[in-house]
Amino acid sequence: MNSCGERLKNGLIDENPIFVLMLGMCPTLAVTTSAMNGIGMGLSTTAVLVMSNMLISMLRKIIPDSVRMPAFIVVVASFVTIVDFLMEGYTPSLYDSLGIYIPLIVVNCIILGRAESYASKNPVLPSIFDGLGMGLGFTVGLLAIGAVREIIGAGQIFGKQILPLADSTMGKAGYTPITIFILAPGAFLVLAGLAAIQNKVKINMEKKGKDASKIQSGCGSDCATCAGCASTADKGKE
Amino acid sequence: MENQLNISSSPHIRSKVTSSNIMLMVTIALLPASAFGVYNFGMDALLMLIVTTATAVLTEFIYEKLMHKKITIGDFSAVVTGLLLGLNMPPTAPLWMGALGSVFAILIVKQLFGGLGQNFMNPALGARCFLLISFAGQMTKFVYDGETGPTPLAYLKEGALSSVNSMDMLIGRIPGTIGETSVIAIIIGAIFLIMLGIIDLRIPGTYIVTFVLFIGIFGQFSDANVGFFDPQFITAELCGGGLMLGAWFMATDYVTSPITKSGQIVYGIVLGLLTGLFRLFGGSSEGVSYAIIISNLLVPLIEKVTLPKPFGKGGEK
Repeated sequence: MNSCGERLKNGLIDENPIFVLMLGMCPTLAVTTSAMNGIGMGLSTTAVLVMSNMLISMLRKIIPDSVRMPAFIVVVASFVTIVDFLMEGYTPSLYDSLGIYIPLIVVNCIILGRAESYASKNPVLPSIFDGLGMGLGFTVGLLAIGAVREIIGAGQIFGKQILPLADSTMGKAGYTPITIFILAPGAFLVLAGLAAIQNKVKINMEKKGKDASKIQSGCGSDCATCAGCASTADKGKE
Repeated sequence: MENQLNISSSPHIRSKVTSSNIMLMVTIALLPASAFGVYNFGMDALLMLIVTTATAVLTEFIYEKLMHKKITIGDFSAVVTGLLLGLNMPPTAPLWMGALGSVFAILIVKQLFGGLGQNFMNPALGARCFLLISFAGQMTKFVYDGETGPTPLAYLKEGALSSVNSMDMLIGRIPGTIGETSVIAIIIGAIFLIMLGIIDLRIPGTYIVTFVLFIGIFGQFSDANVGFFDPQFITAELCGGGLMLGAWFMATDYVTSPITKSGQIVYGIVLGLLTGLFRLFGGSSEGVSYAIIISNLLVPLIEKVTLPKPFGKGGEK
């Protein structure tokens, strides 16, 4: 189980798909207009990632090397279709706001990347945890970006108004939303800002020789289980 | 021993032109437009100019202090950025908006890309577009003489050519941003810079000529009342909006314009075409700021294409 925990931590922190690997940038930039959209996108990707990693890992000795890409795509596309229909049926409003980006999970480079670099070479259980870790890392990243954009760009979080808005006609003082943050340029600004902050924290941690595992906000209790910073050793392996 | 001979290696003749000199001259050249803006719009305009300039300088100072970099606020470039941004703000906008714009201009557009000389677009215009997208309502609300009214450009966009007065536009008695209204004040500053050799006519000249040709030819397609090269329409388009301020003071920014001579002409033509396109066929009545920042992004490409061949290298085939 040690390697399973290590896979979780790897996905959440050491190789966080958004802030470290910079993968899956299209959905990251496009759907994170609100925290809810971020979570929805992250969790649906996580579901697909776990299932496809599991199946690809099971089939890794059967799939011929020369046609592995089409085979992976077929597996991923099947799961995406299932998730697509489930979301259309049970969470119609989220489905509407995510739009084309649900079917586009098929070509999300995180999923193909994990299938190619991990699931096709490793046993089933670590592959599942690898998918889970990567998926949760993606979700945390999307949630963080979505929350910052929603707070600055609309004064809301999860659709609730937390900053009272200014109303010039009634002469009420308050917060004027900086609309650019929920438009396209805001995604780049927030992503760059968060990546810079987390790099800064990481470098500081490494300088002090401390455990760099507690830096992710929203990581929660998972961090308690992950000990040590083995990022360099892990990268060497792959 | 009074006539001591000083022996040193070359260079023996040094130019007195420095970044801070140039920036100081640009600041002085902006003063007529600023003064007219204050005269035209009152204390609100003065406060806005002070806030944007002070915030820009302060942001630069704090950033460089925190990053342990050389403090460069003495070179006046932050003053120019802050002042230009202030001149691009409507006088009725809240002061915090100007301050936010200055922070964005200096911190994000200028310093994060490496400071003076490294920014890829004009910081003041980058911040103006940031504010324009964020606060579209307040950034396009123009009050003149206590009345909220459309700018002359907005009248032109609606096809109401007869309701604009070219003389008022030339002097600056029209609604608009603080520094863009008076063509005369801007031209005075521009002549000052041209006489000092700080800017030349290549960029603003090609910009304005291309723009006039474009709207002369295509003006009739956006507005049925406008004829082919309609003099009144062309005058109004030239004097309205930020064209003059943009052409003389922002398109000519050393950092974000091409260094090659032929490149500067290409740059001016691109600016003129884009401004004409945005104004005649775009959704908004104004298009100078977007035209300039888009052209700023094209500058590396323009320079690559127009780089002169060194003597003796790469002969004609």
